[in-house]
Amino acid sequence: MSQPVLEARAVSKHFAAGRSTVRAVEDATLALLPGRIVALVGESGSGKTTLARLLARFYAPTSGEIRLHGEAVQGKPREYYRAVQLIFQDPFGSLNPLHRVRYNLERAVKLHHAVRSKADLDEKVVELIERVSLAESYLDKFPHELSGGQRQRVVIARALAVEPKVLLGDEPISMLDVSIRLEMLNLLERLRAEDGLALLYITHDIASARYLCDDIVVMYAGRMVEGGPKEDVIADPLHPYTQLLIDSSPDPERGDRNNLFDAEDLGEPPSLIDPPSGCRFHPRCPVAMDICRTQAPPRTELTDGRWTHCWLQEKK
Amino acid sequence: MSVLTVEGLTVEYVTGDRPVRACDDVSFELRRGEILGVAGESGSGKSTLITALTRLQRPPAVTTAGRIEFHGTDLVGLAPDQLRKLRWTSLAIVLQSAMDALNPVMRVGAQFVDVLRTHDKTLNSKAAWARAAELLGMVGISADRVRAYPHELSGGMRQRASIALALACGPELVVMDEPTTAVDVVMQRQILAQVLRLRKELGFAVVFVTHDLSLLLELADRIAIMYGGRIVEIGTAESLYTKPRHPYTRGLRDSFPPLRSELRTLTGIPGSPPDLRDPPPGCAFHPRCPDRFDGCDQQRPGLVTIEDHAVACRLYPSGDDQS
Repeated sequence: MSQPVLEARAVSKHFAAGRSTVRAVEDATLALLPGRIVALVGESGSGKTTLARLLARFYAPTSGEIRLHGEAVQGKPREYYRAVQLIFQDPFGSLNPLHRVRYNLERAVKLHHAVRSKADLDEKVVELIERVSLAESYLDKFPHELSGGQRQRVVIARALAVEPKVLLGDEPISMLDVSIRLEMLNLLERLRAEDGLALLYITHDIASARYLCDDIVVMYAGRMVEGGPKEDVIADPLHPYTQLLIDSSPDPERGDRNNLFDAEDLGEPPSLIDPPSGCRFHPRCPVAMDICRTQAPPRTELTDGRWTHCWLQEKK
Repeated sequence: MSVLTVEGLTVEYVTGDRPVRACDDVSFELRRGEILGVAGESGSGKSTLITALTRLQRPPAVTTAGRIEFHGTDLVGLAPDQLRKLRWTSLAIVLQSAMDALNPVMRVGAQFVDVLRTHDKTLNSKAAWARAAELLGMVGISADRVRAYPHELSGGMRQRASIALALACGPELVVMDEPTTAVDVVMQRQILAQVLRLRKELGFAVVFVTHDLSLLLELADRIAIMYGGRIVEIGTAESLYTKPRHPYTRGLRDSFPPLRSELRTLTGIPGSPPDLRDPPPGCAFHPRCPDRFDGCDQQRPGLVTIEDHAVACRLYPSGDDQS
């Protein structure tokens, strides 16, 4: 197995909120390998966006370390951004509206590469726009002239300008129309295949995670609860939260409509200012035991690359 | 028996040099206690349809044609005071974002009391507060939260409170505009479970609008698919899922990757939804349609009923094509 390009090792991120502290991410460990796609799945407030921003070095972690090519990263070196690029959820807010697509792409090329001539630059920019399946004519349009899907393609093209090794996609399709989401996922898949990019796909939609990724990591209330090859995790979830998430996801194939909406009222995810002691899922967990209320479950490694943080598995 | 009959409803936004037709000749019927899902992408006209149905539309939107028959009266052109009598007691709405739908400077309970006492003048304050607590209890919010302000409730609770508020005066019809898009899937399922339970107890009918067809396939009894301001297909959830006839419906269904069955490469629908300011001629879907043939760019098909559902596509000839 190849070496990870980018790793998070036991990273935590706490934010100050007045006198209290928001424990947004706690003890997260994740490795991204070349040519592999990991999906980070969770609800809002689960810490998935914070983790992406830690990996993009938007924030420095409160504890733990981010390693690029096996070396711990300090500060915000430009080489880091040459290797790791983040794609935001909102394609309407992430392109400079005052400039044409060409300018938006050229800037990234110029900042990160030594371009010798105008012809060189032009060639590079045309190559980028074509890689995301847009015609050259789009270079001279303004962002407002593009649809959401086209904008997101431009955002991806701009990320590719630096020739990154890692792409972090923070809900890259959730603001797009349903009928064009798959094209975007197929584009990401193609980039992975062509360039051997390591990809982190952040989503709340487990079905799209299954479509695109190799591995799934599930987060809940700032902590990772389970991870492993996607089909294993979906067919046989180990953590009760993963089970709940899968049972709650729309699935027209499920058939029996009557039971389906028998969902129990399990309350809401906890506050991250004062998270529950022990396992953060225990107040909503149907099978919580005494130990779950007091001690956070450690990572239990299982066969076939699966792991979970749950006392049920630890006890076995 | 039908609660609501919509016929030929056309809504235009009158701005600039020519009107934009956001709802075009929309017709459907809603039966008592039924959940009708309306699915569509941005610009499909689904939000325009909602504001027209509930008569909440504001200029520049104008209903230029059609009828909305509810309770034997046509809501189009009904005087505001007549309309007010129907609101909440017969016709209620749950808005997309509960954060904006509740008054932030009024206690949650007071907003219920306001509604309850406006529609029942004989109700005293004490009884109204008690009823407010009861209504909140119905959606799983404990009675002591009746004196809370909206910001003291979580997003999921606010959304549930706004559903309870819509049900306060026992309406026959509740229009829901993406009521769960702002909450997570786990909460979404809990809220929808409650809606289904309450519908069983109280018997109201629902028009449920969303872009999430996969959710409607599980939730709705019947589904209408909107594209470019028109209903292109309408049928039972099951027949739409197993036998979609319109190429757009099929494309939309196949835009949701499966959660369990075998994965294959899906393509979605290439191209973008139409711009209603400059709609394509003929069938609005023809520029993206994999099955288009001669004439699709000229003739606009009307809805044709086939077995248990209706479809507007020239693949299913009817003879009543409109040019």
